[in-house]
Amino acid sequence: MIEIVNLEKQYGNQTVIKDVSFKIKNGEIFGIVGRSGVGKSTLLRCINALEPISGGDILIDGTSISSLDNEGIRQLRKKISMIFQNFNLLNQKTALENVSLPMEIWGIDKSKIMSKSKELLDLVGLRDKYDSKPKSLSGGEKQRVAIARALSMDPEILLCDEATSALDPNTTKEILSLLKKINEEFKITIVVVTHQMEVVKDICQRVAIMESGMVSALGDVDELFLNPGKSLKKLIGEDELEVLPKGTSIRLFFTKEFSNQSIITNMARELDVNFSIVWGKLENFSGNVLGSLVISIDDKDQEKIISYLEKKGIALEVIINE
Amino acid sequence: MNSSGYITALLESLIMISISGVLSILFGFLVAIVLIFTKEGGLNPKPALYNSLDFIINMFRSFPFIILMIMLFPLSRIIVGTSIGTQAAIVPLTIAAIPFAARIIEGSLNTVDAGIIEAARSFGSKNSQIIFKVMLVEALPNLVQGITNIFINIVGYSAMAGTIGGGGLGAVAINYGYYRWEDTILVITVIMIIVVVQIIQSIGNRVYKSLIK
Repeated sequence: MIEIVNLEKQYGNQTVIKDVSFKIKNGEIFGIVGRSGVGKSTLLRCINALEPISGGDILIDGTSISSLDNEGIRQLRKKISMIFQNFNLLNQKTALENVSLPMEIWGIDKSKIMSKSKELLDLVGLRDKYDSKPKSLSGGEKQRVAIARALSMDPEILLCDEATSALDPNTTKEILSLLKKINEEFKITIVVVTHQMEVVKDICQRVAIMESGMVSALGDVDELFLNPGKSLKKLIGEDELEVLPKGTSIRLFFTKEFSNQSIITNMARELDVNFSIVWGKLENFSGNVLGSLVISIDDKDQEKIISYLEKKGIALEVIINE
Repeated sequence: MNSSGYITALLESLIMISISGVLSILFGFLVAIVLIFTKEGGLNPKPALYNSLDFIINMFRSFPFIILMIMLFPLSRIIVGTSIGTQAAIVPLTIAAIPFAARIIEGSLNTVDAGIIEAARSFGSKNSQIIFKVMLVEALPNLVQGITNIFINIVGYSAMAGTIGGGGLGAVAINYGYYRWEDTILVITVIMIIVVVQIIQSIGNRVYKSLIK
Protein backbone atom coordinates (compact mmCIF):
# COMPACT_ATOMS: atom_id res chain seq x y z
CA MET A 1 0.00 0.00 0.00
CA ILE A 2 1.16 3.52 -0.77
CA GLU A 3 0.22 6.01 1.91
CA ILE A 4 0.79 9.64 1.13
CA VAL A 5 0.71 11.65 4.34
CA ASN A 6 0.57 15.46 4.39
CA LEU A 7 3.00 15.57 1.48
CA GLU A 8 4.67 18.90 0.74
CA LYS A 9 7.01 19.74 -2.11
CA GLN A 10 8.74 23.01 -2.78
CA TYR A 11 11.14 24.17 -5.46
CA GLY A 12 12.88 27.09 -3.84
CA ASN A 13 10.07 29.37 -2.71
CA GLN A 14 7.52 27.84 -5.02
CA THR A 15 5.15 25.31 -3.49
CA VAL A 16 4.27 22.56 -5.96
CA ILE A 17 2.44 20.15 -3.66
CA LYS A 18 0.49 21.33 -0.63
CA ASP A 19 -0.59 18.98 2.13
CA VAL A 20 -1.64 16.04 -0.01
CA SER A 21 -2.83 12.87 1.72
CA PHE A 22 -4.37 9.73 0.26
CA LYS A 23 -3.84 6.01 0.04
CA ILE A 24 -3.37 3.75 -2.92
CA LYS A 25 -4.43 0.17 -2.29
CA ASN A 26 -2.46 -2.87 -3.32
CA GLY A 27 -3.45 -4.21 -6.72
CA GLU A 28 -5.58 -1.30 -7.86
CA ILE A 29 -5.13 0.98 -10.84
CA PHE A 30 -5.14 4.46 -9.43
CA GLY A 31 -5.32 7.62 -11.52
CA ILE A 32 -3.97 11.06 -10.77
CA VAL A 33 -5.45 13.64 -13.16
CA GLY A 34 -5.18 17.33 -13.60
CA ARG A 35 -4.08 19.99 -16.01
CA SER A 36 -0.40 20.48 -16.77
CA GLY A 37 1.59 22.05 -14.01
CA VAL A 38 -0.64 21.05 -11.09
CA GLY A 39 2.09 18.89 -9.59
CA LYS A 40 0.84 15.44 -10.57
CA SER A 41 4.08 14.29 -12.20
CA THR A 42 6.04 15.67 -9.27
CA LEU A 43 3.81 13.75 -6.90
CA LEU A 44 4.44 10.58 -8.88
CA ARG A 45 8.21 11.16 -8.72
CA CYS A 46 8.01 11.55 -4.95
CA ILE A 47 6.70 7.98 -4.71
CA ASN A 48 9.96 6.53 -6.08
CA ALA A 49 12.09 9.30 -4.58
CA LEU A 50 13.18 10.73 -7.93
CA GLU A 51 12.05 13.98 -6.33
CA PRO A 52 13.03 14.45 -2.70
CA ILE A 53 10.05 15.46 -0.58
CA SER A 54 10.04 18.71 1.38
CA GLY A 55 7.57 17.75 4.09
CA GLY A 56 5.17 15.03 5.18
CA ASP A 57 5.93 11.48 4.17
CA ILE A 58 5.15 8.60 1.87
CA LEU A 59 4.89 5.10 3.27
CA ILE A 60 5.39 2.16 0.96
CA ASP A 61 4.07 -0.96 2.71
CA GLY A 62 4.75 0.83 5.96
CA THR A 63 8.30 1.94 5.13
CA SER A 64 8.79 5.68 5.31
CA ILE A 65 10.56 7.09 2.24
CA SER A 66 12.02 10.00 4.17
CA SER A 67 13.86 7.56 6.44
CA LEU A 68 15.73 5.86 3.58
CA ASP A 69 19.40 6.42 2.72
CA ASN A 70 20.74 6.16 -0.85
CA GLU A 71 20.98 2.39 -0.77
CA GLY A 72 17.50 2.16 0.75
CA ILE A 73 16.14 4.29 -2.08
CA ARG A 74 17.84 2.05 -4.62
CA GLN A 75 16.25 -1.00 -3.04
CA LEU A 76 12.90 0.78 -3.07
CA ARG A 77 13.23 1.47 -6.79
CA LYS A 78 13.71 -2.23 -7.37
CA LYS A 79 10.09 -2.78 -6.44
CA ILE A 80 8.70 0.46 -7.89
CA SER A 81 9.32 0.81 -11.59
CA MET A 82 8.28 3.56 -13.93
CA ILE A 83 7.36 4.30 -17.54
CA PHE A 84 7.44 7.70 -19.19
CA GLN A 85 5.73 9.84 -21.81
CA ASN A 86 8.84 9.83 -24.00
CA PHE A 87 9.65 6.18 -23.32
CA ASN A 88 13.26 7.03 -22.34
CA LEU A 89 14.83 4.00 -23.98
CA LEU A 90 18.53 3.90 -24.75
CA ASN A 91 18.80 4.65 -28.46
CA GLN A 92 22.09 2.82 -28.80
CA LYS A 93 20.68 -0.44 -27.45
CA THR A 94 18.34 -2.97 -29.01
CA ALA A 95 14.95 -3.78 -27.50
CA LEU A 96 16.43 -6.86 -25.84
CA GLU A 97 19.38 -4.90 -24.42
CA ASN A 98 17.06 -2.18 -23.13
CA VAL A 99 14.94 -4.71 -21.28
CA SER A 100 18.11 -6.33 -19.90
CA LEU A 101 19.61 -3.13 -18.53
CA PRO A 102 17.93 -3.02 -15.09
CA MET A 103 18.86 -6.68 -14.54
CA GLU A 104 22.47 -5.93 -15.51
CA ILE A 105 22.47 -3.02 -13.09
CA TRP A 106 21.26 -5.35 -10.36
CA GLY A 107 23.89 -7.95 -11.21
CA ILE A 108 21.55 -10.74 -12.27
CA ASP A 109 23.07 -13.83 -13.88
CA LYS A 110 23.69 -13.34 -17.61
CA SER A 111 21.86 -16.43 -18.84
CA LYS A 112 18.87 -15.57 -16.71
CA ILE A 113 18.81 -12.00 -18.06
CA MET A 114 18.62 -13.27 -21.62
CA SER A 115 15.74 -15.67 -21.06
CA LYS A 116 13.80 -13.22 -18.91
CA SER A 117 14.21 -10.36 -21.41
CA LYS A 118 12.92 -12.53 -24.22
CA GLU A 119 10.03 -13.72 -22.10
CA LEU A 120 9.06 -10.11 -21.28
CA LEU A 121 9.29 -8.95 -24.89
CA ASP A 122 7.07 -11.89 -25.85
CA LEU A 123 4.62 -10.85 -23.16
CA VAL A 124 4.31 -7.32 -24.55
CA GLY A 125 3.92 -8.66 -28.07
CA LEU A 126 7.35 -7.87 -29.53
CA ARG A 127 8.62 -11.36 -30.25
CA ASP A 128 9.90 -10.29 -33.66
CA LYS A 129 11.61 -7.09 -32.48
CA TYR A 130 14.33 -8.41 -30.16
CA ASP A 131 17.16 -6.83 -32.12
CA SER A 132 15.44 -3.64 -33.24
CA LYS A 133 16.76 -0.35 -31.96
CA PRO A 134 14.26 2.28 -30.76
CA LYS A 135 14.84 4.27 -33.95
CA SER A 136 13.09 1.59 -36.01
CA LEU A 137 10.20 1.10 -33.57
CA SER A 138 6.86 2.94 -33.54
CA GLY A 139 5.75 4.93 -30.48
CA GLY A 140 3.53 2.11 -29.27
CA GLU A 141 6.31 -0.42 -29.70
CA LYS A 142 8.73 1.79 -27.80
CA GLN A 143 6.30 2.03 -24.91
CA ARG A 144 5.94 -1.77 -24.98
CA VAL A 145 9.70 -2.13 -24.68
CA ALA A 146 9.64 0.38 -21.80
CA ILE A 147 6.88 -1.65 -20.11
CA ALA A 148 8.91 -4.86 -20.54
CA ARG A 149 11.92 -3.06 -19.06
CA ALA A 150 9.79 -1.84 -16.15
CA LEU A 151 8.68 -5.41 -15.42
CA SER A 152 12.18 -6.88 -15.51
CA MET A 153 12.82 -6.67 -11.76
CA ASP A 154 9.35 -8.04 -10.86
CA PRO A 155 8.08 -4.79 -9.35
CA GLU A 156 5.11 -4.51 -7.01
CA ILE A 157 4.22 -1.03 -8.20
CA LEU A 158 4.30 0.50 -11.68
CA LEU A 159 4.26 4.29 -12.03
CA CYS A 160 3.05 5.63 -15.38
CA ASP A 161 3.88 9.25 -16.16
CA GLU A 162 1.67 10.35 -19.06
CA ALA A 163 2.54 7.01 -20.62
CA THR A 164 0.04 7.32 -23.46
CA SER A 165 0.13 11.07 -24.04
CA ALA A 166 2.50 10.80 -27.00
CA LEU A 167 0.51 8.03 -28.68
CA ASP A 168 -2.40 8.05 -31.11
CA PRO A 169 -5.87 6.96 -29.85
CA ASN A 170 -5.67 3.37 -31.15
CA THR A 171 -2.19 2.79 -29.79
CA THR A 172 -3.29 4.35 -26.51
CA LYS A 173 -6.07 1.73 -26.27
CA GLU A 174 -3.59 -1.07 -26.92
CA ILE A 175 -1.14 0.16 -24.31
CA LEU A 176 -3.95 0.61 -21.78
CA SER A 177 -5.20 -2.91 -22.30
CA LEU A 178 -1.64 -4.15 -21.88
CA LEU A 179 -1.41 -2.28 -18.58
CA LYS A 180 -4.72 -3.76 -17.50
CA LYS A 181 -3.49 -7.22 -18.37
CA ILE A 182 -0.32 -6.68 -16.35
CA ASN A 183 -2.35 -5.43 -13.42
CA GLU A 184 -4.56 -8.52 -13.49
CA GLU A 185 -1.91 -11.13 -14.25
CA PHE A 186 0.87 -9.98 -11.96
CA LYS A 187 -1.23 -8.15 -9.36
CA ILE A 188 0.93 -5.08 -9.82
CA THR A 189 -0.39 -1.84 -8.37
CA ILE A 190 -0.45 0.77 -11.12
CA VAL A 191 -0.42 4.51 -10.55
CA VAL A 192 -1.34 6.47 -13.66
CA VAL A 193 -0.65 10.16 -14.04
CA THR A 194 -2.47 11.62 -17.03
CA HIS A 195 -4.36 14.55 -18.38
CA GLN A 196 -6.41 12.27 -20.65
CA MET A 197 -9.84 11.53 -19.21
CA GLU A 198 -10.25 8.50 -21.49
CA VAL A 199 -7.28 6.88 -19.77
CA VAL A 200 -8.87 7.31 -16.37
CA LYS A 201 -12.25 6.05 -17.53
CA ASP A 202 -10.69 3.14 -19.36
CA ILE A 203 -8.49 1.57 -16.74
CA CYS A 204 -8.60 3.33 -13.37
CA GLN A 205 -10.68 2.12 -10.47
CA ARG A 206 -10.07 5.16 -8.33
CA VAL A 207 -8.86 8.62 -9.14
CA ALA A 208 -7.52 11.72 -7.45
CA ILE A 209 -8.09 15.03 -9.17
CA MET A 210 -5.37 17.59 -8.58
CA GLU A 211 -5.67 21.34 -8.76
CA SER A 212 -2.77 23.69 -8.04
CA GLY A 213 -0.83 21.27 -5.86
CA MET A 214 -3.80 19.91 -3.93
CA VAL A 215 -6.20 17.01 -4.31
CA SER A 216 -9.60 18.53 -5.04
CA ALA A 217 -11.55 15.30 -5.42
CA LEU A 218 -10.91 11.64 -4.81
CA GLY A 219 -13.01 8.56 -5.25
CA ASP A 220 -14.24 5.72 -7.43
CA VAL A 221 -14.01 6.61 -11.08
CA ASP A 222 -17.56 5.70 -12.12
CA GLU A 223 -19.12 7.62 -9.26
CA LEU A 224 -16.95 10.68 -9.82
CA PHE A 225 -17.66 10.84 -13.52
CA LEU A 226 -21.36 10.19 -13.24
CA ASN A 227 -21.80 12.82 -10.62
CA PRO A 228 -18.94 15.15 -11.31
CA GLY A 229 -18.22 17.76 -8.69
CA LYS A 230 -17.00 21.23 -9.45
CA SER A 231 -13.35 20.27 -9.80
CA LEU A 232 -13.97 17.49 -12.28
CA LYS A 233 -16.38 19.64 -14.32
CA LYS A 234 -13.73 22.30 -14.48
CA LEU A 235 -11.25 19.73 -15.65
CA ILE A 236 -13.38 18.20 -18.37
CA GLY A 237 -14.66 21.62 -19.32
CA GLU A 238 -18.22 20.45 -19.11
CA ASP A 239 -20.49 23.29 -18.34
CA GLU A 240 -23.81 21.99 -19.56
CA LEU A 241 -25.80 24.42 -17.42
CA GLU A 242 -25.36 26.87 -20.24
CA VAL A 243 -27.11 24.61 -22.71
CA LEU A 244 -29.97 23.64 -20.40
CA PRO A 245 -33.29 25.41 -20.87
CA LYS A 246 -34.58 27.84 -18.24
CA GLY A 247 -36.67 26.35 -15.49
CA THR A 248 -36.43 23.12 -13.60
CA SER A 249 -34.46 20.16 -14.80
CA ILE A 250 -33.60 16.87 -13.21
CA ARG A 251 -30.41 15.01 -13.77
CA LEU A 252 -30.64 11.22 -13.48
CA PHE A 253 -27.68 9.00 -12.93
CA PHE A 254 -27.87 5.56 -14.39
CA THR A 255 -25.65 3.19 -12.55
CA LYS A 256 -24.88 -0.37 -13.64
CA GLU A 257 -28.17 -1.85 -12.36
CA PHE A 258 -30.39 0.58 -14.22
CA SER A 259 -28.69 0.97 -17.51
CA ASN A 260 -30.74 -1.84 -19.05
CA GLN A 261 -34.16 -0.81 -17.74
CA SER A 262 -36.55 1.48 -19.53
CA ILE A 263 -36.88 3.90 -16.64
CA ILE A 264 -37.74 7.00 -18.62
CA THR A 265 -40.49 5.60 -20.79
CA ASN A 266 -42.00 3.71 -17.88
CA MET A 267 -42.09 6.87 -15.82
CA ALA A 268 -43.82 8.84 -18.55
CA ARG A 269 -46.48 6.15 -18.88
CA GLU A 270 -47.04 5.50 -15.20
CA LEU A 271 -47.07 9.12 -14.02
CA ASP A 272 -48.64 10.48 -17.18
CA VAL A 273 -46.23 13.40 -17.29
CA ASN A 274 -44.52 15.16 -20.15
CA PHE A 275 -40.92 16.23 -20.16
CA SER A 276 -38.17 16.75 -22.67
CA ILE A 277 -34.81 15.13 -22.67
CA VAL A 278 -32.33 17.97 -22.97
CA TRP A 279 -28.95 16.42 -22.33
CA GLY A 280 -27.53 12.96 -22.09
CA LYS A 281 -24.36 11.02 -22.04
CA LEU A 282 -23.37 7.38 -22.00
CA GLU A 283 -19.91 6.36 -21.00
CA ASN A 284 -17.86 3.25 -20.75
CA PHE A 285 -16.03 2.79 -17.48
CA SER A 286 -13.76 -0.22 -17.47
CA GLY A 287 -16.43 -2.10 -19.43
CA ASN A 288 -19.51 -0.85 -17.53
CA VAL A 289 -21.82 1.35 -19.54
CA LEU A 290 -23.14 4.12 -17.37
CA GLY A 291 -24.95 7.29 -18.17
CA SER A 292 -26.53 10.46 -17.04
CA LEU A 293 -29.55 12.17 -18.48
CA VAL A 294 -31.13 15.56 -17.90
CA ILE A 295 -34.84 16.05 -18.37
CA SER A 296 -36.56 19.41 -18.37
CA ILE A 297 -39.87 19.23 -16.47
CA ASP A 298 -42.86 21.30 -15.46
CA ASP A 299 -42.44 22.72 -11.97
CA LYS A 300 -45.74 21.17 -10.89
CA ASP A 301 -44.53 17.66 -11.72
CA GLN A 302 -41.32 18.00 -9.75
CA GLU A 303 -42.41 16.26 -6.54
CA LYS A 304 -44.14 13.45 -8.38
CA ILE A 305 -41.13 12.71 -10.52
CA ILE A 306 -38.64 12.90 -7.70
CA SER A 307 -40.59 10.53 -5.49
CA TYR A 308 -41.05 8.11 -8.40
CA LEU A 309 -37.34 8.07 -9.20
CA GLU A 310 -36.35 7.82 -5.56
CA LYS A 311 -38.66 4.87 -5.16
CA LYS A 312 -36.83 3.22 -8.04
CA GLY A 313 -33.54 3.95 -6.34
CA ILE A 314 -32.15 6.26 -8.93
CA ALA A 315 -29.71 8.97 -7.96
CA LEU A 316 -30.76 12.41 -9.09
CA GLU A 317 -30.00 16.06 -8.88
CA VAL A 318 -32.40 18.95 -9.31
CA ILE A 319 -31.04 21.75 -11.44
CA ILE A 320 -32.76 25.10 -11.37
CA ASN A 321 -31.64 27.32 -14.22
CA GLU A 322 -32.85 30.85 -13.61
CA MET B 1 66.74 14.58 -47.23
CA ASN B 2 66.04 10.96 -48.17
CA SER B 3 62.83 9.04 -47.78
CA SER B 4 63.87 7.32 -44.56
CA GLY B 5 64.20 10.77 -43.01
CA TYR B 6 60.56 11.47 -43.79
CA ILE B 7 59.51 8.09 -42.49
CA THR B 8 61.36 8.59 -39.22
CA ALA B 9 59.73 12.01 -38.84
CA LEU B 10 56.32 10.53 -39.63
CA LEU B 11 56.78 7.77 -37.07
CA GLU B 12 57.86 10.30 -34.46
CA SER B 13 54.77 12.35 -35.19
CA LEU B 14 52.50 9.31 -35.01
CA ILE B 15 54.01 8.29 -31.67
CA MET B 16 53.55 11.79 -30.25
CA ILE B 17 50.01 12.03 -31.55
CA SER B 18 48.88 8.62 -30.40
CA ILE B 19 50.45 8.65 -26.94
CA SER B 20 49.39 12.18 -26.06
CA GLY B 21 46.02 11.58 -27.75
CA VAL B 22 45.27 8.53 -25.64
CA LEU B 23 46.59 10.13 -22.45
CA SER B 24 44.73 13.40 -22.92
CA ILE B 25 41.50 11.52 -23.65
CA LEU B 26 41.93 9.41 -20.52
CA PHE B 27 42.63 12.40 -18.28
CA GLY B 28 40.13 14.55 -20.13
CA PHE B 29 37.54 11.86 -19.50
CA LEU B 30 38.23 11.93 -15.76
CA VAL B 31 37.88 15.71 -15.70
CA ALA B 32 34.69 15.48 -17.79
CA ILE B 33 33.18 13.01 -15.32
CA VAL B 34 33.90 15.39 -12.44
CA LEU B 35 32.24 18.18 -14.43
CA ILE B 36 29.19 16.04 -15.21
CA PHE B 37 28.85 14.97 -11.58
CA THR B 38 29.25 18.41 -10.06
CA LYS B 39 27.40 20.64 -12.51
CA GLU B 40 24.12 22.29 -11.54
CA GLY B 41 21.44 19.64 -11.93
CA GLY B 42 24.13 16.97 -12.23
CA LEU B 43 24.30 13.66 -10.42
CA ASN B 44 25.97 15.20 -7.37
CA PRO B 45 25.92 19.01 -7.72
CA LYS B 46 28.87 20.83 -6.16
CA PRO B 47 28.82 24.36 -7.61
CA ALA B 48 32.11 25.48 -5.99
CA LEU B 49 34.10 22.57 -7.39
CA TYR B 50 32.44 22.84 -10.79
CA ASN B 51 33.09 26.57 -11.07
CA SER B 52 36.76 26.33 -10.11
CA LEU B 53 37.38 23.45 -12.50
CA ASP B 54 35.52 25.33 -15.18
CA PHE B 55 37.72 28.38 -14.58
CA ILE B 56 40.97 26.38 -14.71
CA ILE B 57 39.95 24.72 -17.98
CA ASN B 58 39.09 28.05 -19.55
CA MET B 59 42.38 29.50 -18.35
CA PHE B 60 44.44 26.69 -19.90
CA ARG B 61 42.48 26.95 -23.12
CA SER B 62 43.07 30.69 -23.42
CA PHE B 63 46.86 30.33 -23.33
CA PRO B 64 48.49 30.62 -26.74
CA PHE B 65 49.58 27.03 -27.34
CA ILE B 66 53.21 27.90 -28.08
CA ILE B 67 53.58 29.78 -24.79
CA LEU B 68 51.97 26.93 -22.87
CA MET B 69 54.40 24.49 -24.50
CA ILE B 70 57.41 26.61 -23.59
CA MET B 71 56.20 26.85 -20.01
CA LEU B 72 55.60 23.11 -19.81
CA PHE B 73 58.87 21.88 -21.35
CA PRO B 74 60.72 22.09 -18.00
CA LEU B 75 58.10 19.69 -16.67
CA SER B 76 59.19 17.19 -19.33
CA ARG B 77 62.67 17.15 -17.85
CA ILE B 78 61.18 16.04 -14.54
CA ILE B 79 58.80 13.47 -16.01
CA VAL B 80 60.71 11.94 -18.95
CA GLY B 81 64.24 13.19 -18.19
CA THR B 82 64.75 15.38 -21.25
CA SER B 83 63.29 18.57 -22.67
CA ILE B 84 64.23 17.92 -26.29
CA GLY B 85 62.74 15.54 -28.83
CA THR B 86 59.67 13.41 -29.34
CA GLN B 87 59.43 12.02 -25.82
CA ALA B 88 59.79 15.46 -24.29
CA ALA B 89 57.03 16.88 -26.48
CA ILE B 90 54.52 14.29 -25.33
CA VAL B 91 54.25 15.85 -21.86
CA PRO B 92 53.27 19.41 -22.84
CA LEU B 93 51.18 18.10 -25.73
CA THR B 94 49.17 15.92 -23.38
CA ILE B 95 48.74 18.57 -20.75
CA ALA B 96 47.76 21.19 -23.30
CA ALA B 97 45.22 18.83 -24.85
CA ILE B 98 43.55 17.68 -21.60
CA PRO B 99 41.36 20.78 -21.08
CA PHE B 100 40.27 20.65 -24.70
CA ALA B 101 39.54 16.92 -24.46
CA ALA B 102 37.65 17.43 -21.19
CA ARG B 103 35.39 20.04 -22.80
CA ILE B 104 34.70 17.92 -25.85
CA ILE B 105 33.89 14.84 -23.76
CA GLU B 106 31.78 16.87 -21.33
CA GLY B 107 29.84 18.24 -24.29
CA SER B 108 29.26 14.73 -25.66
CA LEU B 109 28.04 13.36 -22.35
CA ASN B 110 25.75 16.36 -21.97
CA THR B 111 23.94 15.40 -25.16
CA VAL B 112 22.41 12.38 -23.40
CA ASP B 113 18.69 13.00 -22.90
CA ALA B 114 17.88 13.85 -19.28
CA GLY B 115 14.86 11.54 -19.53
CA ILE B 116 17.09 8.54 -20.17
CA ILE B 117 19.16 9.37 -17.11
CA GLU B 118 15.97 9.73 -15.09
CA ALA B 119 14.80 6.33 -16.31
CA ALA B 120 18.14 4.82 -15.30
CA ARG B 121 17.76 6.31 -11.81
CA SER B 122 14.19 5.01 -11.66
CA PHE B 123 15.31 1.41 -12.00
CA GLY B 124 17.97 1.75 -9.34
CA SER B 125 21.20 2.62 -11.18
CA LYS B 126 24.07 3.95 -9.09
CA ASN B 127 25.76 7.14 -10.28
CA SER B 128 28.77 5.22 -11.59
CA GLN B 129 26.46 2.89 -13.51
CA ILE B 130 24.68 5.89 -14.99
CA ILE B 131 28.00 7.19 -16.32
CA PHE B 132 29.38 3.92 -17.64
CA LYS B 133 26.32 1.87 -18.55
CA VAL B 134 24.04 4.65 -19.74
CA MET B 135 25.71 7.97 -20.61
CA LEU B 136 28.81 6.51 -22.21
CA VAL B 137 26.76 4.05 -24.24
CA GLU B 138 24.29 6.70 -25.37
CA ALA B 139 26.92 9.32 -26.14
CA LEU B 140 29.21 6.93 -27.99
CA PRO B 141 28.63 8.10 -31.58
CA ASN B 142 28.97 11.70 -30.46
CA LEU B 143 32.08 10.81 -28.44
CA VAL B 144 33.68 9.21 -31.49
CA GLN B 145 33.25 12.46 -33.38
CA GLY B 146 34.68 14.37 -30.43
CA ILE B 147 37.66 12.04 -30.11
CA THR B 148 38.35 12.44 -33.82
CA ASN B 149 38.42 16.18 -33.22
CA ILE B 150 40.77 15.81 -30.27
CA PHE B 151 43.23 13.75 -32.34
CA ILE B 152 43.17 16.19 -35.23
CA ASN B 153 43.81 19.04 -32.84
CA ILE B 154 46.77 17.18 -31.42
CA VAL B 155 48.17 16.73 -34.94
CA GLY B 156 48.19 20.50 -35.19
CA TYR B 157 49.68 20.91 -31.72
CA SER B 158 52.38 18.31 -32.46
CA ALA B 159 53.45 20.17 -35.59
CA MET B 160 53.83 23.31 -33.50
CA ALA B 161 55.75 21.40 -30.84
CA GLY B 162 58.31 20.65 -33.56
CA THR B 163 59.22 24.31 -33.75
CA ILE B 164 60.32 24.49 -30.14
CA GLY B 165 62.29 21.31 -29.76
CA GLY B 166 59.82 18.52 -30.29
CA GLY B 167 60.46 15.99 -33.07
CA GLY B 168 58.35 14.75 -35.93
CA LEU B 169 57.06 16.24 -39.16
CA GLY B 170 56.62 19.68 -37.63
CA ALA B 171 60.30 19.82 -36.69
CA VAL B 172 61.36 18.74 -40.20
CA ALA B 173 59.08 21.31 -41.78
CA ILE B 174 60.42 24.17 -39.69
CA ASN B 175 64.10 23.19 -39.46
CA TYR B 176 64.71 21.98 -43.03
CA GLY B 177 61.83 23.42 -45.01
CA TYR B 178 61.52 26.87 -43.51
CA TYR B 179 64.89 27.83 -41.99
CA ARG B 180 66.91 26.32 -44.88
CA TRP B 181 64.49 27.44 -47.57
CA GLU B 182 64.01 23.95 -48.92
CA ASP B 183 60.55 24.36 -50.35
CA THR B 184 60.29 20.72 -51.47
CA ILE B 185 60.78 19.46 -47.92
CA LEU B 186 58.27 22.01 -46.62
CA VAL B 187 55.67 20.96 -49.18
CA ILE B 188 56.21 17.23 -48.64
CA THR B 189 55.92 17.46 -44.83
CA VAL B 190 52.83 19.64 -45.06
CA ILE B 191 51.24 17.13 -47.46
CA MET B 192 52.11 14.29 -45.07
CA ILE B 193 50.41 16.13 -42.22
CA ILE B 194 47.36 16.72 -44.40
CA VAL B 195 47.23 13.00 -45.20
CA VAL B 196 47.47 12.08 -41.51
CA VAL B 197 44.56 14.41 -40.71
CA GLN B 198 42.49 13.01 -43.59
CA ILE B 199 43.09 9.45 -42.44
CA ILE B 200 42.11 10.23 -38.84
CA GLN B 201 38.94 11.99 -40.02
CA SER B 202 37.88 9.18 -42.31
CA ILE B 203 38.45 6.54 -39.62
CA GLY B 204 36.35 8.68 -37.26
CA ASN B 205 33.59 9.01 -39.85
CA ARG B 206 33.50 5.29 -40.48
CA VAL B 207 33.27 4.36 -36.83
CA TYR B 208 30.59 7.00 -36.34
CA LYS B 209 28.53 5.68 -39.24
CA SER B 210 28.76 2.11 -38.02
CA LEU B 211 27.57 3.23 -34.57
CA ILE B 212 24.49 5.13 -35.67
CA LYS B 213 23.21 2.27 -37.81
